[in-house]
Amino acid sequence: MPEEDEFVLVVNGEERTVRASADMPLLWALRQELGLSGVKFGCGAGLCGACTVHLDGSPVRSCLLPVGDVGSSKVTTLEGLQDDPLAEKLFDAWLEIDVMQCGYCQAGQIMTAHALLADNPKPSAGEVDAAMEGNICRCGTYPRIREAIRIASGQEKA
Amino acid sequence: MMAGRKQAVVMDRRAFLSVSALAGGGMALSLTMPGLALGAHHEDTGMLTAYVAIDSSGDVTITAKNPEIGQGVKTSLPMLIAEELDCEWSRVKVVQADFDPSRYQRQRAGGSLAIRFEWLPMRQAGAAARQMLLAAAAEASGLPAGEFSTRDGFVHHAASGRKWSYGELADAAARQPAPDLSRVRLKDPKDFRIIGKPAVGVDSERVLRGEALFGIDTNMPGMLHAVLETPPAHGGRLRSADTSAAKAARGVVAVLKLDGIGGPDAMSDCVAVIATNHWYAEQARKLLKLEWDVSAAQGHSLDAYAKEAARLHDANSGTVLRSDGDATARLAEAAKVVRARYSYPFIAHATLEPQNCTALYTDGALEMWAPTQTPERGVGMIERLLGIPADKQTLHITRIGGGFGRRLFADYMVQAAALAKAMPGKPIQMLWNRAEDTKRDFYRPGGWHSFAAGLDEDGGLIAFTDHFATFGSGGKPDRTAAMQPTHFPAGLVDDLLFTVDVMDTVIPMGPLRAPGSNALAYAFQGFLDEVAEAAGKDLPGLMLELCAEDRMIGEDVNGWGTGWAFRTSRARGVIERVLKDCGWAKRPRGGGRGLGFGFYFSHQGYFAEVADVSVEGENVKVHKVWVAADVGSHIVNPMGAEAQVTGAIIDGLAEAMGQRISFTDGVIEQQNFDTFPLGRISATPDIAISWVITDNAPSGLGEPALPPAIPALTNAIYAASGKRIRELPIQSWS
Ligand code: FES
Ligand code: FES
Repeated sequence: MPEEDEFVLVVNGEERTVRASADMPLLWALRQELGLSGVKFGCGAGLCGACTVHLDGSPVRSCLLPVGDVGSSKVTTLEGLQDDPLAEKLFDAWLEIDVMQCGYCQAGQIMTAHALLADNPKPSAGEVDAAMEGNICRCGTYPRIREAIRIASGQEKA
Repeated sequence: MMAGRKQAVVMDRRAFLSVSALAGGGMALSLTMPGLALGAHHEDTGMLTAYVAIDSSGDVTITAKNPEIGQGVKTSLPMLIAEELDCEWSRVKVVQADFDPSRYQRQRAGGSLAIRFEWLPMRQAGAAARQMLLAAAAEASGLPAGEFSTRDGFVHHAASGRKWSYGELADAAARQPAPDLSRVRLKDPKDFRIIGKPAVGVDSERVLRGEALFGIDTNMPGMLHAVLETPPAHGGRLRSADTSAAKAARGVVAVLKLDGIGGPDAMSDCVAVIATNHWYAEQARKLLKLEWDVSAAQGHSLDAYAKEAARLHDANSGTVLRSDGDATARLAEAAKVVRARYSYPFIAHATLEPQNCTALYTDGALEMWAPTQTPERGVGMIERLLGIPADKQTLHITRIGGGFGRRLFADYMVQAAALAKAMPGKPIQMLWNRAEDTKRDFYRPGGWHSFAAGLDEDGGLIAFTDHFATFGSGGKPDRTAAMQPTHFPAGLVDDLLFTVDVMDTVIPMGPLRAPGSNALAYAFQGFLDEVAEAAGKDLPGLMLELCAEDRMIGEDVNGWGTGWAFRTSRARGVIERVLKDCGWAKRPRGGGRGLGFGFYFSHQGYFAEVADVSVEGENVKVHKVWVAADVGSHIVNPMGAEAQVTGAIIDGLAEAMGQRISFTDGVIEQQNFDTFPLGRISATPDIAISWVITDNAPSGLGEPALPPAIPALTNAIYAASGKRIRELPIQSWS
């Protein structure tokens, strides 16, 4: 078992010190050591996307990423996107058509959608599905997720 | 929101209204209804059903008593009050009530009941408050009350052009006598300004800010994290435990052995690992050396159940659930007989937020934070099994990451309470991992049906029989494994026989979204599709024929729609509508693409659905689903209503495509979403909904759209490929 170590993580633009074993998934360090509740636990196995955060802007499954492997990469959670212009567009679209039902998966959906649009501002319907495929919504909000991403990307209805 | 002096109490046969002044200025109004005699345990005592406060700034606070599980009731019920109060929806704040049985009746989510029960009383409460505000304006100005009107949170006097905000009037309104509820004037539905208009869920924005709203988000200083190691097989008992390695592991605070209490819906024998972080607890759990006695589950395997069901079908045994005429004799003389067997597996709820509960026990008092659909159940069980009196329990109902029926059980509350009681003074969050959540569920039970139908020379359905092999005890099917004697086509075919055989099981069973219906719709509508074909018709044609005469099947118990009353004309309405919408008459046939139809009536909702599917080898693609729905006279929140319907359909399709819980000797074989697949975005079809508005009491939407989606899909697969799906799931996974 790895030693208890101190890690300095860059989370949402701030340096945060975490005392944890190096194999602790980033998910549990963020939720329970740093008190960030936006990142959610769904499967713990990379199968649902509820725990999606950005690592240097790319979506990763924080349930599979050991805190010891994060290094100096910048970690962004939903809390860290609150003043981000692209995220604002997503939030507005999400509220405009009331995407969420229980809401539990939605942080992960937003994180993945944000990474998609940052990379590809006008994705096709097929590209949206491909990017969002790893994010499960148990409530089945998929039609509105598609629609909200379309609205946020400023595209006309097909 | 402290209520000050109580002022007026008005009683009538049905409801009590009490009015008080708010401590900081303003009015508060509580509506209390007599018990609705929903079940034996509901005494006819009055319970608070709505609480509305208007403060002096004009802000309106409505307390939502029902837990929110993603069905949107926390939005739609307050909409009913706000509509009749005639205030601006944007000024309404909705807060979640803590569990308080002395104040709230029926504090639960589930059964698509909310809208059905509260349509009238919620509106009356709003209308009563509005009437008192009008009276207050009349008193203040000395003008007759009849000269005033309301709009968007203001009382207007048209002749003088004067207006008063609700906030200005709230103090004076609190001193008005509370009106007789049975005589408050309700709006003409054509004047509705909130009901029927899309409203965004009241907490949506907070979810997007990442606020801690869900049970799992509960956090407090010094909180510990617990995981449970439970028996590998259902019904298992702990024989011996070596916990030394786990105790020594990093972050571990305690390892506790707990004896099972109260059966699987409370707590089985288990070992809890309590640590400073969930991850440490999970790691230490792997170091436990436990020996289990799993003999109770010997032989309880899905394959064995299937074999037993086949044996029962072959023996044509079973007790009679319903017998009309002489179906056996009529089958013998029929021109054509169609026979088929249909089966479906056990499936799990798989809420995305795994079961969890946070509890703190101090000085004999228990405080809990739980994502629960039925708070009273947990509190009652904890009182009974752990000896903590209900009045020493405080329960905070958190937002819930998916219910689907799973959180009607309170096992996780009992377990968290037991842990907290064992470690007084320490807040403990118990959280299950996904494998545990899949393994410790109360499953939708599997079932096996052996059908026969007799047709006359002209293709008329003259006899129908179903022999249903299901689960329960003492010869009685479990509530969630039962079938109603009024099930379609009962009452519409003169010679009909339903028989039932009940098998024992150790696998826990429970209601899953549209309980019973989520399985029966597929079996019956799938078989009837075969019958229709043999009769030279199609399924919707056969259904319209059976429903041709306007009939009411079953009893509409006490007018609340709680019975199984089924109205043929409402079925016809949605069937005709969906056929028109999808262009059924001109549908493509063969060539790997086809349309399939399914109809079902459940939870007072009538749903006809058509799926457009292509089949290529093993691959099934659903392109589109058309839905026609009759849930009565109003769709309270169209935005929420559409979400419920599309969600239910996506759910149903995923269940049918790949979901199956299997087990050998009581050991559940699926653990995570790789072997128990949920719907994903790429598999999501376009969904087109038509509301068929009829003059009936509005009913709920959380469930009834799901059942017909499954036969629509399986019947479409047949139309596209010629392959009958008589066993679910469609694609078998490991
Ligand atoms: S919790 Fe990480 S992918 Fe599901
Ligand atoms: S909104 Fe409930 S899981 Fe997506």
